[in-house]
Amino acid sequence: MSGSQGTPPTHGACTIRTQDLCRHYRLGDTLIRAVDGISLEVRSGEFVALLGSSGSGKSSVLNLVAGLDRPTSGVVIVQGRNLAQLSREELSKYRLHTVGMVFQSFNLISSMTLEENVELPMRFAEVERGKRQNLAHDALQRVGLVARMKHRPSELSGGEQQRAALARALINRPQLLLADEPTGNLDSHTGTEIMNLVRDLNRQLEMTVVMVTHERALAERYAERLIFLADGKLIGDQGNRSAAGEIKFQGERS
Amino acid sequence: MKLPDLTELALRNLRESGLRNSLTTVGIAVGVASLVAMLSLGIGLQQLASRRLVKSGLFDTVLVTSRRDLRNFGREEERTGPAPGESRILDEPARREIEHLPNVLEAYPDIRFITELRYDDKPHLTMVGALPSSARSNDAFDGMQGSFFSSETGAEVILQKSFAAELLGKTPQPGTDETKVAELAAPLLGKELTMRYAQRAVAQSQLRGGANARAGDSAGKAQGSKSETAYSVISREQKLRIVGLADLDPESMRGPTRARVFLPLRLAESLHVMQSTDLREISRAAADEPVYSSISVRVGNPTQVQPVENAVKKMGFNTFSILDATRSLRQFFAVLDLFLGIFGSLALAVASIGIVNTLVMAILERRREIGIMKAIGASDADVRTLFFAEAGAMGALGGVVGVALGWAIGQAINFGTNIYLKRQALPPEHFWSVPWWLVAGAIVFAFIVSLVSGLYPAARAARLDPVQALRYE
Repeated sequence: MSGSQGTPPTHGACTIRTQDLCRHYRLGDTLIRAVDGISLEVRSGEFVALLGSSGSGKSSVLNLVAGLDRPTSGVVIVQGRNLAQLSREELSKYRLHTVGMVFQSFNLISSMTLEENVELPMRFAEVERGKRQNLAHDALQRVGLVARMKHRPSELSGGEQQRAALARALINRPQLLLADEPTGNLDSHTGTEIMNLVRDLNRQLEMTVVMVTHERALAERYAERLIFLADGKLIGDQGNRSAAGEIKFQGERS
Repeated sequence: MKLPDLTELALRNLRESGLRNSLTTVGIAVGVASLVAMLSLGIGLQQLASRRLVKSGLFDTVLVTSRRDLRNFGREEERTGPAPGESRILDEPARREIEHLPNVLEAYPDIRFITELRYDDKPHLTMVGALPSSARSNDAFDGMQGSFFSSETGAEVILQKSFAAELLGKTPQPGTDETKVAELAAPLLGKELTMRYAQRAVAQSQLRGGANARAGDSAGKAQGSKSETAYSVISREQKLRIVGLADLDPESMRGPTRARVFLPLRLAESLHVMQSTDLREISRAAADEPVYSSISVRVGNPTQVQPVENAVKKMGFNTFSILDATRSLRQFFAVLDLFLGIFGSLALAVASIGIVNTLVMAILERRREIGIMKAIGASDADVRTLFFAEAGAMGALGGVVGVALGWAIGQAINFGTNIYLKRQALPPEHFWSVPWWLVAGAIVFAFIVSLVSGLYPAARAARLDPVQALRYE
């Protein structure tokens, strides 16, 4: 299965490019090749799903692209910058401004209200206090949680928590949304709700989305492109006509 | 991250594990309190000691003696100055000259003599001393009964407690000096004593003439000029009213001989009581001008003692002051403060280990949170300063509470001790002092100690690998 279908012509220049990307761990005496020579390109505005069974290295690739981890070898270039060569400080700035992340387990800070959780990245970005509240309010409105903004995560359902996490991921207006099994802890109904939100962001804000999942059906429904990984290697890269068609259809409607 | 955000997040985190952080803060507070308590005790004691000593008049007083007085000083002094035999006599002109030196408040002769006092027709032999009116502020009179002399020339007398007991026929057991001054004062105040003493009087002219006439036959005319030094010794009596009773000996630390009965200085001078030096300087002193065995010179403040001493030495007299003693006293208190400070700091050191422990625990507990913060863009510096701020906030809060606690402990001990002092019939004392620099210093010290304690945990938190931290459940 080679990626012969190509990407829709609406997409712009290459946003993410990896070349022979490797990430090896040493666990005791054994060397684990979590990512083993992956080369791929993601274009600006694309919605890509990374598929594979657990241990296939899909999350590791996502962490490398997110700047949370550094490759053992190879390059990972995002918007023209090789993350492998950035300093720790530069990497944190990259995570702050260029990337938004959502996780399977939501990863909201339990001691903070939704509003404070959404505001937190702006604190690190040193956004003015007055501006921050407006932006947080807007972001929570986008995900439909304004009524719940003074609640703590533990008082909310999983779907609501993931929506809050999405609002937080968007708050610094990143170009890249990275999602690690975003529906993994949700029932199919709320999962669909979240995925619709992600798709809207991809369309309306023209964000590039890279989603890790092991649910092929979900990926086929939403992603324009499916990349298959196994044992740290890329084993397939295909366009997804149905999803692309759906996007076109919805794009025409709006 | 900006400072207000940092502070807000730090305080929020401290509130989150409120009990543990409160206990850590209490630990710091106890450490600071013990430091403050120890140091303020040291400072208070030092202030008490110097207050007492300044009041005792020891540190602003220079004792002047003639070089001709060979009893008191060592051979060193004899060798360096002019020979004793050729040196100046400590007489009235010398006293006036000393009194006019810069910074000298007063120079008064030490008049003391042993004589007989009659009370209730019983004779009592004791040492009598004279006090200038400036002695009024001497701390020996703090607990006195009655009053100080009404004037410098009044025919009045202040008794020392033990002499008063003797007058009343009470002989206190040695070692158990429990008699209250008030008990002794009641029957004695306002009563009269009769002092019998030897007056040195200028010889009557006719007597002198007669002596000349008789001496002239054998020794010739050369003897005639010397006749001016002649004086007579006449037995006199003086009635004195008892006005005061002092507990302590006002001169206990000053002279080698301890007086137990005190007269006003001017009165004592006007009586021309025979002094031991009158005999020694019989060949020199003019008959009506007394020669003093020693003169006490009071200066404005202790720092002026040295220059005055030097000036007096230049005049050819020996001097003595207790400035050297204060120097070693100050050294003693510096060492005392150091030791008290070290003991006080030990508690703070233990508290700082508490901070390290609390923050390291917090890292383990908040591992995931740190991972999340890093994933959404927190830099190493953000995480580090956040932990720093938490440590600093605990330190500052502990410092403030600790200073208040230390102050309260001090007040309590002061209060308790004064109850004890009162029971022992001693005047209350304030020996607890918390100066502002100690308050500020203790808080700053607690803050710095906390920041230092936060160094390791903060660095560890900042180094945390976000991928591993996020995997951690």
